[in-house]
Amino acid sequence: MLLRIREPAEMVTFSFDGRHVTAARGDTLAAALLAAGVDTFRESVVGGEPRAPYCLMGVCFECLVTIDGIQNRQSCLIEVREGMVVNSQLGARLVTGCADR
Amino acid sequence: MPLLDKSDIAVVGGGLVGAALAWGLARAGLKTMVLDGADLDPRASRANFALVWVQGKGLHAPHYALWSKASAERWAAFAAALAEDTGIDVALSQRGAFSFALSLGELDGLAAELEQIAIETGGAAAPYEILTAQETRRHLPLVGPDVVGAAYSPADGHVNSLRLFRALHAAMRHRGVDYRSGHAVERIEPQGNGFRLVGAYGAIAARRILLAAGTDNQRLAAMVGLHAPLKRSKGQILVTEKCRPFFEYTSATIRQTDEGGVMIGDSEETHTSAIATKQEISAVLANRAMRVFPCLAELNVVRSWAGFRVKTQDGLPIYEQSASHPGAFIVVCHSGVTLAANHALVVAPQIAAGTLSTDLAPFHSRRFHASENS
Repeated sequence: MLLRIREPAEMVTFSFDGRHVTAARGDTLAAALLAAGVDTFRESVVGGEPRAPYCLMGVCFECLVTIDGIQNRQSCLIEVREGMVVNSQLGARLVTGCADR
Repeated sequence: MPLLDKSDIAVVGGGLVGAALAWGLARAGLKTMVLDGADLDPRASRANFALVWVQGKGLHAPHYALWSKASAERWAAFAAALAEDTGIDVALSQRGAFSFALSLGELDGLAAELEQIAIETGGAAAPYEILTAQETRRHLPLVGPDVVGAAYSPADGHVNSLRLFRALHAAMRHRGVDYRSGHAVERIEPQGNGFRLVGAYGAIAARRILLAAGTDNQRLAAMVGLHAPLKRSKGQILVTEKCRPFFEYTSATIRQTDEGGVMIGDSEETHTSAIATKQEISAVLANRAMRVFPCLAELNVVRSWAGFRVKTQDGLPIYEQSASHPGAFIVVCHSGVTLAANHALVVAPQIAAGTLSTDLAPFHSRRFHASENS
């Protein structure tokens, strides 16, 4: 688990899988989730394995989440915003009009 | 110092074509060696679109239409034999394929070509249907309003071609093939009872050789009295993020892989030797794909790549044994995935036996001499 090295100057709140999370303004979403103790961001596409951020710089695609209904967002590249609704990315994303199988 | 080699045959090239043939030669009982280039050499085997494709192949070349169809029919047995040797499932899926038309002119063109192939093969070519826009939509509700119709053939399919590449290499190892990477052949010297294959690694003697070196075949062929005139053909591919299954068939330009990513391809450039991908080509590919399946617009493209096809002047394969240097064989083809089954199960046993069947005579390179002289 990550520890904050200083108290946040300004707080924002958002939700992750329905749970209320508090973060510092300016955090990336991935950092905010890790600091909040989240260690499973998604389930992998092929094997359904639990996954969490690895590179934290936009390369590995391990930190994917659904943000405000948009799937497969890289949480390490997105700044956390007040009121964001974030959900785990479970398996492969859906394509619109395609039945959930 | 020349290495004294105890192999019966040396295959030059370890891509899909060379590996399928080498595995087949080893299965036929030959001690087989493969001399492969470096990882970063141009390799169609790592850039291809992974189709097992018959539809529309062999216009004015009925022997090629039937050769492709026969390989597609052999593919299930080929995949099963590979799985038996390696435990690797190459994800063969043969549910048929659509060629989408975005104008009535395109649809008429598809219909005319497929009809011509049916006539030229006396009805033996793969079956097909021409579908109206409505019929296409009934099979595929997600196609966009720009799709005016499609050709459909049940003969076509696809595989996971990277897994195929890996399976062939594992299968070669399983059969005791002596595989050597980093052994680019610079020169072939015919000798009394065989050939010397010379490169930075030194020299290797082989009684028989099989050239399966992709775009390098043209250069090597001339050293043993063979002729393999190639033309330049660069193809570019886009790959999207993985998504849930939405397209269980395939097409020549769009396919969803077994693991969910969507591949978009089939560009062709003939006047460049640069391997870098070009954004304007990607834009054309993406635009056409989104007109076929508008839902693709939501997806992120995660990578793109380009490769050089191994294309002869007339686009058809060459299978030949050198007349001036018996024991030197060559296989040149663009469709290394589709034809892999034929290569492993039909061509390799013939080469092992020392003679190519007369069925393969239409693929002899003498056809190029005829057209060059006319």
